Amino acid sequence: MTAILSTSGLGKRFDGLRANHDIDFALAPGEIHALIGPNGAGKTTFVSMLIGRLAPSEGTIRFDGRDVTRMPAHRRVALGMAYTFQITSVFGRLSCAENVALAARGRDADVQRALERVGLAERAAEIAGDLSYGHQRLLEIAMGLAQRPRLLILDEPTQGLAESEVAAFKQLIRALVPDTTILLIEHNMSVVMELADRITVLNFGEVLAQGTPAQIHDNPAVQAAYLGTGGQDAED
Amino acid sequence: MDFGPYLMLAMLEGAVLAAVLALMASGLSLVFGVMRVVNVAHGEFYMLGAVVAWAVTTLLGAGPVLNFVAALIVAPLVVGAMAAAADMVILKRLNYDPERTIVATIGLLYILQQLTLMTYGADARPVVAPFNERIALPWVEWGDKGLSFYFPWGLSTTSYKLFVIAAAVVLIAALKLFMAKTRAGLIMRATQGDREMATAFGVPVERVYALVFGGGAALAALAGVLIVPIQQAHYLMGGDALLLSFIVVIIGGLGSLSGTIVAAILIGLSDGIISVFFTPTLAKMIATLAVALVLVFRPQGLFGGTSR
Amino acid sequence: MSRRDLTLHLGLVAVLFLLHFILPAYHHGVLARIMVMAVYAIGYNIAFGYTGLLSLGHAMFFGAGLYGMGLAGLHYGVPAFPAFLIGTACGAALAFVVGLLALRTEGVSFMIVTLMFSQVAYLALLYFGAFTHGDDGFVVPDASRTLMGLSLSDEGTRYLVAWVLFSGALLGSLWLIRQPFGRVLIALRENEERARLLGYDTKRRKLAALVISGAVSAASGAAYAALFGYVGATFAGVQYSIFALLWVLLGGAGTVLGPFVGTLFMFYLIDLATGLTDAYMLIAGVALVGLTLFAPQGIVGELRRRFWKDLP
Repeated sequence: MTAILSTSGLGKRFDGLRANHDIDFALAPGEIHALIGPNGAGKTTFVSMLIGRLAPSEGTIRFDGRDVTRMPAHRRVALGMAYTFQITSVFGRLSCAENVALAARGRDADVQRALERVGLAERAAEIAGDLSYGHQRLLEIAMGLAQRPRLLILDEPTQGLAESEVAAFKQLIRALVPDTTILLIEHNMSVVMELADRITVLNFGEVLAQGTPAQIHDNPAVQAAYLGTGGQDAED
Repeated sequence: MDFGPYLMLAMLEGAVLAAVLALMASGLSLVFGVMRVVNVAHGEFYMLGAVVAWAVTTLLGAGPVLNFVAALIVAPLVVGAMAAAADMVILKRLNYDPERTIVATIGLLYILQQLTLMTYGADARPVVAPFNERIALPWVEWGDKGLSFYFPWGLSTTSYKLFVIAAAVVLIAALKLFMAKTRAGLIMRATQGDREMATAFGVPVERVYALVFGGGAALAALAGVLIVPIQQAHYLMGGDALLLSFIVVIIGGLGSLSGTIVAAILIGLSDGIISVFFTPTLAKMIATLAVALVLVFRPQGLFGGTSR
Repeated sequence: MSRRDLTLHLGLVAVLFLLHFILPAYHHGVLARIMVMAVYAIGYNIAFGYTGLLSLGHAMFFGAGLYGMGLAGLHYGVPAFPAFLIGTACGAALAFVVGLLALRTEGVSFMIVTLMFSQVAYLALLYFGAFTHGDDGFVVPDASRTLMGLSLSDEGTRYLVAWVLFSGALLGSLWLIRQPFGRVLIALRENEERARLLGYDTKRRKLAALVISGAVSAASGAAYAALFGYVGATFAGVQYSIFALLWVLLGGAGTVLGPFVGTLFMFYLIDLATGLTDAYMLIAGVALVGLTLFAPQGIVGELRRRFWKDLP
C-alpha cells in the first residue's frame, strides 16, 4: 500500500525555536487519521506545512507520489488537498452558496450537494457573517467537501458544535471514506476514538506515538504527556 | 574650487541634512516601533516646528539667542501636545488599525497644512540664527613643495551648522539613553508590538501611546526648529522631509532606532554628494525608486535583522 | 443579478442622460467632469473596494492615460479614439509592471510602495520635461480632439461622450463583480489566506485586478485629456491618488455606485469651498478623518447596511 501523503524528516524552526522536528508520517489512502497532542505540541504547524501555508525548514513532503515540499498552497489544492481552518474563516460578506461556490470552482451541482450534506441547504442565501458560530463551522466543512478533495485536512472541526451537530459530523465523515482520506486534528477524544482508524500523537513538536485508538489509549508515554502538560485537553 | 574641497563642502552640507534627518526620522521610527502605525502627517509636525519657531521669535522679539532658545523649548512642546491630542481624539478611536490610521493621518496632513496656509500664509519666512560665524576650513594637498596647507576660497561652514550637527547628536544620544535606561523607556519597549500583553502587565497603554505619538512629533518639531535658520519656514516644507524620513526609516529597517540613525547618515551624506552630480529631480527619483525596491525585495531594511 | 440591482443602475444611467437636456450650462459642465472622474474612482474601487488593495499611487495610472493620450496626440498626431486606446493601454501596462513588484508586499508596505512608485512616475514627468512638458503642461491639439467629425471641445458632445464612458464603466464594474472572477476578488479582500487554500492563485488574481483597475483609471485619464484638452503633471501627483481614495471612501468602498456618489459629493463640496477659501484641501482632510472615524462604510455602504443588504 502506498501512502497518499507522507513526510520524512519534516521540521520547522521559528527564530531558533524548534516547533516541529524530524517528523516521519504517512497517510494510507482512504483512512481516517487523527492528529492529537497537548496544546502547543506543534499540530497546527505540522498541517500548515502539509498544505503549504508554512515552508518547512527541513525534510520533504510527498503527495500522491510527487514531491510537493516547495509547491505553493494553491497548486497543492489543485492536486486534491483541502484544508478547513481552525479559526472560522468563511467569507463574511458573501452568502453561504457563494462561499461554497468559491470552493466548488464552477461545479454548481456540488454547491447544493455540499450544503445539503452539512444541513445548511435552507440557509444557502443567507450572508455567511450573519450565521451562528456553529453554522459557520459547518459552512467551513461544506467548503471543504465542495472542493472534492482526495485528502481533507480538518483542523478542530467540532470545536463549538452542539452535541447533535457533533453526531451528525461523525456520520458525515464516515460517509466520505474511502473516496476521501481524512486527516483530523481534534481535541474531542470521543470523536477521535470513534472515528479514527489510526492516531498520531505529537508532543514538543515530535512524534510521540502512532497506532490504533486502542494502542494509543493504553500507551503510557501518551498518558504521561497528557497528564504532564494539561490533561484536560484530552477530555473536553 | 578644486574637486577635493568641493566634495568636502558637499559632505559638510550633507552632514547637516543627516543630523536633521536623523532627528526627524527617529521620531517616525519611534512611533512605528512602539505603536506599529505609520504617521503620514509626520512631515507636517516638522513644518509646524519651523512655523512655531518663526511665530515665537516674531512675538518675543528679543535677541536672536533668546528667541531661538525660546523656540527650541516652545515648538516641540506645542507640536507634541497637538500630536498627543490627535492621538487621543483620532487614532485611539481607530484602534490603531494600520490602514485606517494611514488614511486618517493623510487627512491630518492636509488639515495641518491647509490651516497653516490659511493663518501663516504662503510665504517662506526666515528665522535669524542665534549665531552664525563663518568658519573657513583648511585643506591639505600634496604639491611640488611637499605637503601644503591652505584655506581654499569658498570652503567654509558656519558655527550654526556645526551646532545643528552637535545638537542632533546630543538629542539622539539622550533619546537612546532614555529608551535604554529609564522606566518610561522600558515601558515603551514593553508596549512594542504587543498591546494586549502590555495591558495585561498593567502598562497604561493609552497614555504611553499618546506620549509616544506626541514625542515623535516633538522630535520632528525640533528638527524643524533647527533647520529654519538655514532653510526658512514654508507651509509645504513637510512633503520632501516626509519622503526623506520614509526613505531613512525604510532603509534602516522599520522601527529600529540604530538602523534609522545609520541610514540617516548614509542618506544625508549621499544626498549632499549626489546633488553635486545630479539634478535634484533625478536624485529624488532614483532615491525613491531605490527605496521602493528595498521595501519590495528586502522589507526588513538594509541593516535590519530578520524580524519584520 | 437581481432585477432590482439592474433597475437601479440603469436608472442612474438614464437619469444622467436626461440631465443632459435640462441642466443649466454650469452644472452641465461640472457633471461631465464628475462623470469622467467617477470613472477614475470606479477603477480605483476595483482595486481598493473589491480586492482590498489599498493603493496610494493610482494617480500614476490616471496620469499614464492622460499622458499616453495627450502625448500621442501632441507628438504623433494620433486621432482621438486610437489615442484614447493608447492611453488606456499605457495604464494597463504600467499597472502590470507596478503590480509585479508591489504585490510582493501587502498592507502598509503596499500602501507605501505604491505611493513611492507613483512619486517616481511624477518625478519622471518633470525630469523628462522636454518630451512631457513637465510642470507647465500642454494643450491637446484639436486634431486629436475630434471624434467622428464631432469636436470634443463642444459642450454637448463632451457631456455625451463622458456619459457613454461612465455608463460603460459603471455597468461594466457591476457585471465584473457578478462574475465568478469578481466573487474571487471579494474573497481575496475578505480573507486572502482562505482563498489561497481554496486553490486560487491569489497573486495572479490580484495582479489581474490591479491591471483592470489601472486600465479603467487610465481610460478616465485619457478621456480627460481628450474632453478637456489639458494635460499637466499635477494630475499625476500624490493629491490625485488621495482624491481617488477619498471619493471611494466617501461614496462607499466595495459598492458599484459608491465611486460616483463620492465623486459627486466631493466635487460640489469643494466647489462650494473654493468660493470661501483657497485652502479647499482642508475639506478633503477633514472628510478623510471624519470618514475613517465615523463612517468607514461611506454613503452607499451605510445605505446598504441599513436598507439594502445585497446591494452590489
